Amino acid sequence: MSFSARLHANAIGWVLPVLVIAGWEIASRAGVMPANVLPAPSAVAEAFWRLTLSGELIRNIGVSTARALAGFAVGGSIGFALGLANGLSRLSRGLTDTTLQMIRNIPHLALIPLVILWFGIDEEAKLFLVALGVFFPIYVNTLLGIQSVDPQLVEMGRVYGMDGRALFFRVILPGALPAIFVGLRYALGIMWLTLIVAETISASSGLGYMAMQAREFLLIDVVVLSILIYALLGKLADSLARLLERLSLGWHPAFQNG
Amino acid sequence: MPAASLTAVRSFVAAPVPARPAIAVEGRRAFAFKGVEKRFGDKTVLDGIDLDVPSGQFVAVIGKSGCGKSTLLRLLAGLDRPTSGSLTLGAEEEGHSRTRFMFQEPRLLPWASVVKNVEVGLTGIAAGAEAWQRALDILGEVGLADRADEWPSVLSGGQKQRVALARALVGHPQILALDEPLGALDALTRIEMQQLLERIWLAQKFTAVLVTHDVAEAVALADRVVVISEGRIALDLDVPVARPRRRGSAELARLEGTILDRLFG
Ligand SMILES: Nc1ncnc2c1ncn2[C@@H]1O[C@H](COP(=O)(O)OP(=O)(O)OP(=O)(O)O)[C@@H](O)[C@H]1O
Ligand SMILES: [Mg+2]
Repeated sequence: MSFSARLHANAIGWVLPVLVIAGWEIASRAGVMPANVLPAPSAVAEAFWRLTLSGELIRNIGVSTARALAGFAVGGSIGFALGLANGLSRLSRGLTDTTLQMIRNIPHLALIPLVILWFGIDEEAKLFLVALGVFFPIYVNTLLGIQSVDPQLVEMGRVYGMDGRALFFRVILPGALPAIFVGLRYALGIMWLTLIVAETISASSGLGYMAMQAREFLLIDVVVLSILIYALLGKLADSLARLLERLSLGWHPAFQNG
Repeated sequence: MPAASLTAVRSFVAAPVPARPAIAVEGRRAFAFKGVEKRFGDKTVLDGIDLDVPSGQFVAVIGKSGCGKSTLLRLLAGLDRPTSGSLTLGAEEEGHSRTRFMFQEPRLLPWASVVKNVEVGLTGIAAGAEAWQRALDILGEVGLADRADEWPSVLSGGQKQRVALARALVGHPQILALDEPLGALDALTRIEMQQLLERIWLAQKFTAVLVTHDVAEAVALADRVVVISEGRIALDLDVPVARPRRRGSAELARLEGTILDRLFG
C-alpha cells in the first residue's frame, strides 16, 4: 500500500470519532445532554488545558506511566524468562507449569483486598498487581511460541551444525516471536486495566487518583478527561507494540502487504 | 574392506579405529555400511545392510514407502544410530563439510533472506563477508542470484528447493544425502532440478545418495541403483550409461524395467 493510500485508510478511521464528538458537542449545547451527566467536549478540553497549565495532569500521567512500565518490566521479564525456560527445558516445565496454570485461574484483581492488607496503598501494591496481570499473557504466549516452533527447522539447524546458542537465536526465538508479540499486546491492555482499577481503589497520585478526587468534588469534566487519557495511553502503547511487530516480523507474509 | 583407506570410523560395536591417512585418491571409499541393523522398539526396519560406496559415486536408493530409505539416510547423516553393525565414513577432507542432508521439504528459515538461508550451510565453516560471497556464488549456480535478498515466502516451490540445494552445497560436502527432495515438484520443474543437480554433481564431484520414488529419475541420474526391500538390499544395479543421458532411451528403459520387476515381481 502506498503512503497516500495508507493515509487515506487511516483518515477513514477518524471520520466516525469526529462525527460522534461533533454530535456530542451539539447535544450538550442544545441542553439535550445535561452537563452533570456528560460535559461537553469543549468543557473537557478546557479541563485539559486547566490541568496542563497547573502541571497536575503531566505529573499524574507521569506517575501512572512510571507505575505501568515498572510493573510491566517486572512481570513481563519474569513471564518471558519462565516462558523461555519452560519452552526449552522439560524439567523446568514439569516443575512449574502445573503450579502456574493453577495460579492463572485466579483473577488477579480478586487479590486486591489481600494486596491492600499486605502493602497498604503504597507503590508496591500497584506494582505487584500490574506485574501479576502482565505476567500471564507474556508467559503463556512465550511458552506457546517456543512449543510451536517447527521441529523440522530445529532438526535442520542441528544437521547444519548450529550449537545451542545459534539454534536459539536463529531458529527458536524468531519462530516464537509472532506468538510473543500477541502476548505483548495482550499484556499491554491488561497493564492499563489493572492500573486503572488499582489507582481508583487505592492511590494518592496518578490518573486514577485524579479521577476519584474529581468525583468527590463533582468535577465531571476531569473524570471524563481522565478516562479519555487512559484510552489514549492504551492506544499509544498498542501502536508502539504494532510498530515494533511490523519492524521485526517483516518476513511474515501477514506483514508484507500491510 | 581395506581399513587402511579409512580414517574416521563410527563404529558401534568395536572401539573407533585410530586415524590413518588415506592411501590413495583413486578408489577412495565415501562410506560403508556393514551389517547395519536398525530397530524401533521391536520393529526391525533395516535388517543387515551392506553397502560400500566409493567417493564421488551417485547412488540412488529406491524402495516402497516405509521400507526404511529415510532411516538409512538418517543413519548416514548421523541423525540416528544403528542398533547394531557399523557405519564407516571416509577421511574428512580439508575445506569440506562432511555430510549434508537435503530434506523432502525445503526447510528454509522464513525469517531469513534467501542469501542468509544459504549461509546457514556455512555454519562453523565461514562467516561474515566470506560466507556472504560464497552464498552468493552458489546462488548464482542454481540461478537465483537475483533473488538473494528476498524472503523465502515469495519463492515458488521449485525455487525454494533450489535454495535448499544451494544451502546443502555451499559448504562443499563430501557426501550429499537427498531424501526425495524433488518429490513435491511438478514434472517439468523436476526435470529441470534433476539436470541442475547432475550438473553441479559433475562439477563438484561429491558423493550423492538420492532417495527417490521415481525409477526414471534414479536411472537418469545415478551411477548405481540400490533397491531396498524388507530391510535388505534386494538389488544393487550399476547404470553403465554415458552422460549426458537421453531421457527415455532404450537403454535406460531396460534398466527401469529390471528395477520395476524387482520391486513388484
Ligand atoms: N523414530 C521412529 N520411531 C519408530 N518408528 C519409526 C521411526 N522412524 C521410522 N520408523 C518406522 O520405520 C519404517 C521406515 O521408515 P522410513 O521413514 O525410513 O521409510 P521410508 O522408506 O523413508 O518411507 P517413505 O518412502 O514413505 O518416506 C516405518 O515403518 C516407520 O514407521
Ligand atoms: Mg522417507
